Amino acid sequence: MTLAEHLTQASYLAAAALFILSLRWLSDPKTARKGVLAGVGGMSAAIIGTLLHPEIVNYTWIVIAVVVGSAIGVPLSRVPLTAVPQRTALSHAFGGLAAGLVGTAKYFLWLQDGELTTFRMAAIGIEVILGCLTFTGSLMAAGKLMEIVPTRPMTYRGQNFVNLALLGVAAGAALLLLFRPDVWQLFPVVVVLSLAFGVLMIMPIGGADMPTVISLLNAYAGLAAVAMGFALENKVLITAGALDGSSGLILSVIMCRAMNRSFTNVLFGAFGQVQPSSGTAEARSVKSGTPRDAADLLENAARVVIVPGYGMAVAQAQHRVKEIYDQLTKRGVDVKFAIHPVAGRMPGHMNVLLAEAEVPYEALIEMDEINRDLPQTDVVLVVGANDVVNPAARHDTKSPIYGMPIIDADRAKFVIANKRSMNPGFAGIENELYSADNTLMLFGDAKAVLGDVVKALAGDATH
Amino acid sequence: MPVLDLWSMAFVFLLATFVGFQVIQNVSRLLHTPLMSLTNAISAIAVVGSIIIAGEQKSTFSTILGTVAVAASVTNIVSGFLITDRMLKMFRERKPRS
Repeated sequence: MTLAEHLTQASYLAAAALFILSLRWLSDPKTARKGVLAGVGGMSAAIIGTLLHPEIVNYTWIVIAVVVGSAIGVPLSRVPLTAVPQRTALSHAFGGLAAGLVGTAKYFLWLQDGELTTFRMAAIGIEVILGCLTFTGSLMAAGKLMEIVPTRPMTYRGQNFVNLALLGVAAGAALLLLFRPDVWQLFPVVVVLSLAFGVLMIMPIGGADMPTVISLLNAYAGLAAVAMGFALENKVLITAGALDGSSGLILSVIMCRAMNRSFTNVLFGAFGQVQPSSGTAEARSVKSGTPRDAADLLENAARVVIVPGYGMAVAQAQHRVKEIYDQLTKRGVDVKFAIHPVAGRMPGHMNVLLAEAEVPYEALIEMDEINRDLPQTDVVLVVGANDVVNPAARHDTKSPIYGMPIIDADRAKFVIANKRSMNPGFAGIENELYSADNTLMLFGDAKAVLGDVVKALAGDATH
Repeated sequence: MPVLDLWSMAFVFLLATFVGFQVIQNVSRLLHTPLMSLTNAISAIAVVGSIIIAGEQKSTFSTILGTVAVAASVTNIVSGFLITDRMLKMFRERKPRS
């Protein structure tokens, strides 16, 4: 080993240590920003170490690629926070793309040089399948989140069979390559089928399942990086990929548990179709109130819990919600936020939006903890959340969301629910919370209506 | 490839996965969105593989694929770290009442 090679390996070792520290420091909001610094440090070390590599003969294209990547990356980091889910999906797509491209390039280079061992071929096969399906799957997910692609699940008969058959053929072709790596015509077959599978895999998935799907794609992107590490015999790649993969997997499990569903059910269940629910025939009466009524209820309460959902993100109403929080805390009302793990379109989505609106993070409470306080809560304000507060999940065995852990909004003394109209939520399920005796509906765009509530509260303060 | 290399890579994978599970289970649920953007940036370490392919210039085909892969990875590195920091900056403690 030459000195340069030793330096390269030492830089990779330092990078691996810094990456682990980076994630460790993320355990607490107080040290989290230090974690980003550690990550940047690790990445810089690894890149400098790689540039020392003696095989690099020309830096022109590397420099051009770095300039192009930065030119795309900087604007992508400045998107509004409501667009973070689609940015995340796009970044999984880039990760998958890089893995697929490196795998393809290495296959043809090694084939040409006669260095394509069976082990390398196996690692490349896994890398390319995972990379390609992550690439197109994440693009589809991003398309659905941006509403370029219809967000409703697209299903047809025999869909699961077609999808699995497609993946099976891709895996079969990759397997054949293990024995006959020289039949290069099989390679494009693997690539094309994996790309097609990525698209078809996401087609039947509805908007409400996006938190799980994004987490799963995150895990795939990580595993593709691991496979690349095995192919290139690069241990820092294996380490970083394993960290990414285990993170994606843990998040997927948390999301699945929060919906009481299994992985297979999310991927093959086509949740979210409008189902004729049992209770639709009897027209239920709901009580509709004005912002004034809502303000009266809120300011006379001692304890208020706000339940945000994806509707708050769509209406960009997080700042109005913060103003309500300010008005009420000023009067000594105890205000907390109830965060359901799958509220929004990705893990932690609501926390980021509320943090942006400058709500202190101590006021953001997880579901299990807040549920203990809800029976002693005077008013629950539901903003753009639906299925996560539907009591049917607790008792209606026929409901598609039966068994899903929910925020027990109905156990509070009063409920104020803001909604654009009486249309059912993503799961297409009627919500009995809205017709309950102690519920007041506040119809209209969240930003506008909550703005009126703030005005009503502020008006009272000046009297 | 010597058999030992394969096994040492398997060891690295195993240990990193265990460390990953331990460390990530401790990440506050508050920070799950920044967690995802940070791990995404970290796994863009794939850039090291792409750099060599783009720089060794063994064939036009591989140089093109390598260059696109470097660009894709750098996009993730730059946007991933920047947006993670931007989000983390917003998580504030309650201000002491004046």
